[in-house]
Amino acid sequence: MTRIARPDYDLESVRSEFPTLGQTVYDRPLVYLDNAATAQMPAKAIDAVREFQTRDRSNIHRGVHALSVRATEHYEAARVTASRFINATSPKECVFVRGTTEAVNLVAWSFVRPRVSEGDSILITGLEHHSNIVPWQLLGEATGARLKVVPLRDDGTISVDDFAQALTPDVRFASFAHVSNALGTVNPVGSLTALCREKNIPCLIDGAQAAPHIPIDVKELGADFYAFSGHKVYGPTGIGILWGRAQHLEAMPPWQGGGEMISSVSFEGSTWNAIPHKFEAGTPNIGGAIGLGAALEWLMDFGIAKAAAWETALLEHATQVLGTIPGLRIIGTAPEKAGVLSFVIEGAHPHDIGTILDRDGVAIRAGHHCAEPVMRHFGIPATARASFALYNTMEEIEALSGSVRRVQEMFADV
Amino acid sequence: MSDLRDLYQEVILDHNRSPHNFREMPSPTAHADGHNPLCGDTLTVYLDIEDGMVKDVSFVGSGCAISKASASLMTDVVKGKTLEEVREIFEGFHGMVTGESGGQSPASLGKLAVLEGVSEFPVRVKCATLAWHTLMAALEGQSDPVSTE
Repeated sequence: MTRIARPDYDLESVRSEFPTLGQTVYDRPLVYLDNAATAQMPAKAIDAVREFQTRDRSNIHRGVHALSVRATEHYEAARVTASRFINATSPKECVFVRGTTEAVNLVAWSFVRPRVSEGDSILITGLEHHSNIVPWQLLGEATGARLKVVPLRDDGTISVDDFAQALTPDVRFASFAHVSNALGTVNPVGSLTALCREKNIPCLIDGAQAAPHIPIDVKELGADFYAFSGHKVYGPTGIGILWGRAQHLEAMPPWQGGGEMISSVSFEGSTWNAIPHKFEAGTPNIGGAIGLGAALEWLMDFGIAKAAAWETALLEHATQVLGTIPGLRIIGTAPEKAGVLSFVIEGAHPHDIGTILDRDGVAIRAGHHCAEPVMRHFGIPATARASFALYNTMEEIEALSGSVRRVQEMFADV
Repeated sequence: MSDLRDLYQEVILDHNRSPHNFREMPSPTAHADGHNPLCGDTLTVYLDIEDGMVKDVSFVGSGCAISKASASLMTDVVKGKTLEEVREIFEGFHGMVTGESGGQSPASLGKLAVLEGVSEFPVRVKCATLAWHTLMAALEGQSDPVSTE
């Protein structure tokens, strides 16, 4: 991709749509570079949540009154938007969940559990977030299934050949990230799902870090499940989407029991509601779903490709300027990356980097990023991570770089 | 930057670069492991206690500048003290960094006073107290690793 010096849109006007961005912290203008943890919300999505809470607030699917009818309409419209966002065949393939973590757990317990026993394996990769490791370990404890890990390469990539080799006959399910949250690596998911299909092994893609940066087409991706979280695509926290092929969702047993997910209940037994409602027990996060719908609507109107081109320019520029700072090492050097720049500085712990940047108004993440095995691979306890969104500016990269330079000077071995 | 300099004083940066008593102890009379899962800091504190007195103390591990400097200063301060004195210093130090000292002047804590700035950075308090909690666990003979979470 050719480097662009400015985005294909008016940055100032886009920034003005995000109310949080205009503030100062410690009397410095906020430079928000923690988007991979949680991105900010545009006013349009905030207003949609407010409208639900101030006008339509009521329960869904069961009311006969005007408010409930309106709330139900908006909730279901958000599902339709989500299905358009990932190009699903039908909105009924989109289950509202709390986030990617809940989606992985749902698939583990409802879809995979009946398929595994002692001697079987579940395949993941070496760059996974804890939320795509621990649910499988819990499932393993209950079933005797083993966790198998495709090794991480030193540049932070997963090789298609390594993955193919790991797809042995004992593997019953594969689950892997689209984009690594700790390193920014874009996995060759199309090739990975193709290998799974060849061997008839169903798979899930954790799309939490990909959804804001890469146009998602679940029909083309070829996975059986795709999951993403609302708050990383400019929506609210506590809401996300699990997409699953209709034939799978229909065959799967419910994961949690309660109201809404039933068709009929008696003490002798109950029958289940149709998909996706079968997986939405209890009153859901209605306001969150409506806010997510509005955020996705906003992002689609904006254009992910346009955003991605600018985010790539930001990432490349940041990689270049931070790369010139003595003692700074970039962790994760995959040829294809999205949105994330992880680094360490000789002699300065990431936590200290985070504190010092914070006082300059620069918000980054410091820690293991819920990916301890990735940290262990690189022999480091933690990294500092700057992550970019469509509203970040080149001036913010300069602020980041200036602040990091001060850290380096402060901690240099003098 | 002035408040940052309160936190990252030269003394602290020096202890971070070259921590004191940063070594394993071959046959300690007590030791304990500490872990801060939030930032991944881990350390082990070793004690050689004789006649109710800290004859020797050391630590190893990895962590941020605050946790390393705090551990280094701690070993300097508690060496040669009675267990009762160590407990008193711990109380005073804990009060200072959490901002709950109840009027006690940091001056009474001697060289530990350089860590007073930590109280202005609430998310960093656990970095400063990790070594101390681990030391106390070693004194109590606790076998489970100490966690700040």
